[in-house]
Amino acid sequence: MMPKVGIVAYGITPFSNEDKRIEDLLLDSVADLFLKNSWIDRDGINGVVISTNSNSKYLGPIVSEMAGIQPKVSVSIENLCSSGTNSLVSAYSYIASGLADMVLVAGAERPDSPGRILDWDHSRGEFKHPIFWGSLFTKSYKSRFAVSEEKLAAVPAKNHKQARSNPNSLSGKACSVKEILESRQITEDLRLLDCSRPCTGSASVVLASEKVIEDIPNEPVWITGIGQKTTSAGFTKSDSFHPIESTRHASNSALEMAKKDVKDIDVIELHDAFSVCEPMALESMGFSGYGESIGLIEELHQTDNFKVNPRGGLIGAGHPLGATGIAQTIEIVQQLNGRAGARQISDADTGLVHNMSAAATSSTVLVLER
Amino acid sequence: MSFDERLGSKEFTVPTCTRCKKTVWPPSEYCSRCFGKTEPRRGSPKARIIEFSKKNKGYYFCLVEVEESFRIIARSKQIPTVGKTVSITECKMDDGNHFFEIS
Repeated sequence: MMPKVGIVAYGITPFSNEDKRIEDLLLDSVADLFLKNSWIDRDGINGVVISTNSNSKYLGPIVSEMAGIQPKVSVSIENLCSSGTNSLVSAYSYIASGLADMVLVAGAERPDSPGRILDWDHSRGEFKHPIFWGSLFTKSYKSRFAVSEEKLAAVPAKNHKQARSNPNSLSGKACSVKEILESRQITEDLRLLDCSRPCTGSASVVLASEKVIEDIPNEPVWITGIGQKTTSAGFTKSDSFHPIESTRHASNSALEMAKKDVKDIDVIELHDAFSVCEPMALESMGFSGYGESIGLIEELHQTDNFKVNPRGGLIGAGHPLGATGIAQTIEIVQQLNGRAGARQISDADTGLVHNMSAAATSSTVLVLER
Repeated sequence: MSFDERLGSKEFTVPTCTRCKKTVWPPSEYCSRCFGKTEPRRGSPKARIIEFSKKNKGYYFCLVEVEESFRIIARSKQIPTVGKTVSITECKMDDGNHFFEIS
């Protein structure tokens, strides 16, 4: 049986467009974490994992030194937009294998992150910016399932609204469907308010073994399911857009590991890089039939049900690449601990985190339980 | 000459494995199936449109399938039709990127 690993502490600072060095940014959420959790003995932290797409070097040891930690392991993880959840999976593995007892995972990014563009993917030709795959996904989904631009606008309308209840979100204002449909046209199939925005952000968590957790004051949230799948690196390698194969595989694996069904999931943080990603991800994970999730999203929006992307998702909260997966996870931890304030889902026992990279060519799904 | 160098000379080639004859895409020196060395062969100019969209007030960008085996994104000045067979009319290196135009 796999040893149990839990999340015992977190730190996060408001997402913004602040111009700050990556080293200082990382320390922002690390300081927030330790200031709020003075019970943590830093001598007990024997792993430091850094999540970022920054080109700055040796960040694991740098953050360790700046935080007064002398870990056995200190590394950086880069996997574009899913660097955060990949870092969490690495930290989990260090603990589950017995190589570490307590691991700090810190993620941060700047708006000018080199992770926004995958230079290697020449099959995209001159169309390397994410808006191009986002446009093709959108066009394909709309035509296959006869979904109008207006219907799809329920996604950013819901997520911007929900972001208003998140004190750390980049978006501070709600957007009506009309405002979304009148926002700047980026391509024939994408408008400005359909897109998540790169920003400055920092988020950190501490993971610990079951043995360590026995002696701490905080209520842990357990990582009970992990699923990951990479289908390719190049966008054009996919046979079809829908379902998202990497997400479908990762979700099935995570739910199987946790011995859960989608019906058991009370709250979801999913990777809405563009509006269309939300219905595609929901359908690929089995939360609704193919082409049917727009109805679900509209219902959630109309009834102020925050079950999907309560913190506003990437569209509402902002998308600091290396911090995103960690911030998504913190949201689920807060929901399961009953500390999500105005966006709290009642009686949430089980949550799911979905994080993707590079035009959905790879996905990570985590199942968390209290 | 590498794939990029040939494309820079406006020559569209497709790397093919010298051992198992697999078409290797994206271009690589090694076959992803058997790790045999690849050699370039002349690529077919025919392609089928899979999906497309349009840059605001600009040209169309199309996901096209070549030789029923691999896909690239190409530019089009005409309104594309999904499923239609088109020709690659121009290829080159453009500011470090692959550039394909179809019509």
